[in-house]
Parts: sequence; C-alpha cells; structure tokens
Amino acid sequence: MSTESRIALHATVNGEARTLAPDSTVLDLLHLLEIQPDRVAVEYNRAILKPPEWGQTRIAEGAQLEIVQFVGGG
Amino acid sequence: MTVQDLERYSRQIRFAELGEGGQSDLLRAHAAIVGCGALGSIQAMILARAGVGRLTLIDRDFVEESNLQRQFLFDENDLLDTVPKAIAAKRHLERANSGIAVDAVVADLNSDNVAELLEDCGVILDGTDNFETRYLINDFAVSRSVPWIYGAAVGSYGITMPVLPGVSACLRCVYPEPPTGVQPTCETGGVLNTITAVIGSLQAADAIKILSGNVGRVRLKITTADVWDGPLREIDQARRDADCPACVRREFPWLGGERRAPVSLCGRNAVQIHERGRPLNLADLRERLAKLGGVRANEFALRFFISPYDLTLFPDGRCIVKGTTDVGIARSLYSRYVGN
Repeated sequence: MSTESRIALHATVNGEARTLAPDSTVLDLLHLLEIQPDRVAVEYNRAILKPPEWGQTRIAEGAQLEIVQFVGGG
Repeated sequence: MTVQDLERYSRQIRFAELGEGGQSDLLRAHAAIVGCGALGSIQAMILARAGVGRLTLIDRDFVEESNLQRQFLFDENDLLDTVPKAIAAKRHLERANSGIAVDAVVADLNSDNVAELLEDCGVILDGTDNFETRYLINDFAVSRSVPWIYGAAVGSYGITMPVLPGVSACLRCVYPEPPTGVQPTCETGGVLNTITAVIGSLQAADAIKILSGNVGRVRLKITTADVWDGPLREIDQARRDADCPACVRREFPWLGGERRAPVSLCGRNAVQIHERGRPLNLADLRERLAKLGGVRANEFALRFFISPYDLTLFPDGRCIVKGTTDVGIARSLYSRYVGN
C-alpha cells in the first residue's frame, strides 16, 4: 500500500471523486457533507445500507457511494 | 374496444409492448392520484390522455396564483372562480378525454377516509406535499397489496420510487421514519416546473406499466434527477428490510390513526386544522363572518380574510389558516372565528 493511500481515501460520491480522511465511515461522510442523516438513503457499492450500519461501515478505497435525499414537496 | 378508441389510442397501441391488449387493460383500469399539485397535474394529464378508464383525484386545496407556474392542469379562470383543485382538475380532464370517469374528492386523505377513497384502485400515485400522507399511503398500499409510486420534488431536485408490495422494498424499508424538524418545501426552497414535470412523468410511466399488464417492466430503482446541476441517476432499490415495521411486521400506525397529527403544517406559511366530525354550516358562517372581515364563499368552501390572515373553511370542518406557521395562532383564530 502506498503512503498516499494511508493518509487519504478516495471514493466516488454521487459520481464525483472525493478525497476523505482515512478510516472515514459513511456517517463521517454525511457529517462532512452537512447532510442530516434522517433525510437520506445511502447506497454503498450498489447496496443500500440501513441507517444503523452507517456508523459501522468504513469506506473502502475506491468505494462508490450514492446519497439519495428524501424530499417532501410535490 | 370501439373503433373510435382504436383510432384515439392508435399511437399507443402501435407501441408493440403495450398493444391493443394493454390499451384494453388501461381503459378498464382505475388509478388514484393523491394531491393535485405539480406532480398530480402531470400524472393526471398523462393518465387521462392515455385512456385510464377511471381516475380518482384527491386534493384539499384551492387553485392559487403561485400554483400556475408549475401546476399545468390549471389556468387563470380557476383562480378567479375560487375552485378547489380537484374540481378544476376534473373539468379540465373531462375536456381532454370525455371517455373516462373522473372522481374529484375535495378532502385531505386521512386514516378515516383512506380505505373508502382508495378502494378498488390498481395503483396509487403520490402527488402529495408532505411526509405524513406518504406514510399513510404506504401503510394502506402495503396492507392491501396495492402498488404505489412515491415521488417528490423541491428546488431543482426530485426523486421517485415505485413500491410493489411483497415484491419490492416499501417506503419504510428505505426510510423507516419521516424526517424530523424543518424541511425544505416548495415555498421556502422554490421549485422548478421542469423537475416536477420529469418526476410526475416518470411516476405516470410506472403507473401505465402497472395498469396495462406490464408490472414486470417496472424498474425497481430509486431514480433521482436534478434539472439544474445534475444528471438523472438511478440506484438499486434497497432489499426488503427483513424487520420492516410495515411490510414484514405489518404494523400500520398511520392507517390506524395513531400517527395522525391533529394539526399539520402545509409548508406554505399555513397551518391546517382538522376538526372532523364537526361539520360547518357555511351559510351561517358567511353571515356571521361578513361583519368582521372579507368573505368569499361558494358551495365548496368559504374564505375569510382578516388581515394578515386568511382562513379557508370547508364543510367537513377542516380549516387552512394562511399567514402563519404558528399552530397556537392558528388554533386561536379558529376558536375565535369558528368556535371550538
């Protein structure tokens, strides 16, 4: 493993490349993006995670995430 | 099918996967649209013109000036006539297609009326503007195994997800509880008519598949779109939650009325007060309130203007207080002018 991959983590979030702190969890990412957790669903490497899994799921190098906002207007 | 129907729907029938069989199914089908705002307008126009034989339209509001930008069913005359949206929608849809039946219901969908209003429909389309009604629809749809299609939009962003009970995840598998706290609404965050048109169309497309015998073609995805700064995105729908309170444990608190809010914010600088079981005599009220402020009334509702507020009262006792989001003020105005 290169030195760089230990000091930074690369993931794709909603199609955009992002650099994250190592050992970030999905919940850390939501906090970083200032997203209120009760308004989103999160797909991690093509499977939707349950909200209790967000804090336990460490984002792997190269992971693909989709964050889907739940809205109410109509 | 009649010769006239064969001609009228010929372009749809020539679409091989729908065909004459699919069109016959549509003509015998019944769809319910809950909420006739921006999403509901698009859904209703598409389904009426596609020849869905019976549409039930449920909406509690009146046409307002700020609706015309995105609620394509309505026009300036509806505004001048102070017509409830459901009634106005029925009139316009019947002009577009006199061969279908349109039931207009001026009411707020709730646990008391949901079973009666959504009885017999083959699909429920979400055109509502609030989370509580969506959880009620999910409870009803899952309990009766009726497909429904969630859709919502705010700003330039929108989302839709079909729910096929027993087959796909339901709303509570994905979002177990409605979000808490202040939400962005179309009033606070604005909304573009292009996003509501996209989302309403995607919902109607799923409804047409379901009603024409092509339910197997419904893609079990969550689709999001941002018409300003993002593409259309699709993600795999969640697995069904093995412990989902609705579709596995079969607990339906919205349907049972336990989760019903007596007062709900409409998200438009307004508070709605439900006082069911206490019908109002609008003629009496009109006489009484005319001494205190401006009154406009017809057979559907009475509007009472008492600056800076505006109360719309319905024969079933429901009231929308505009000009405040403070539930206390709304209750107080209701008590003062209508009574307890």
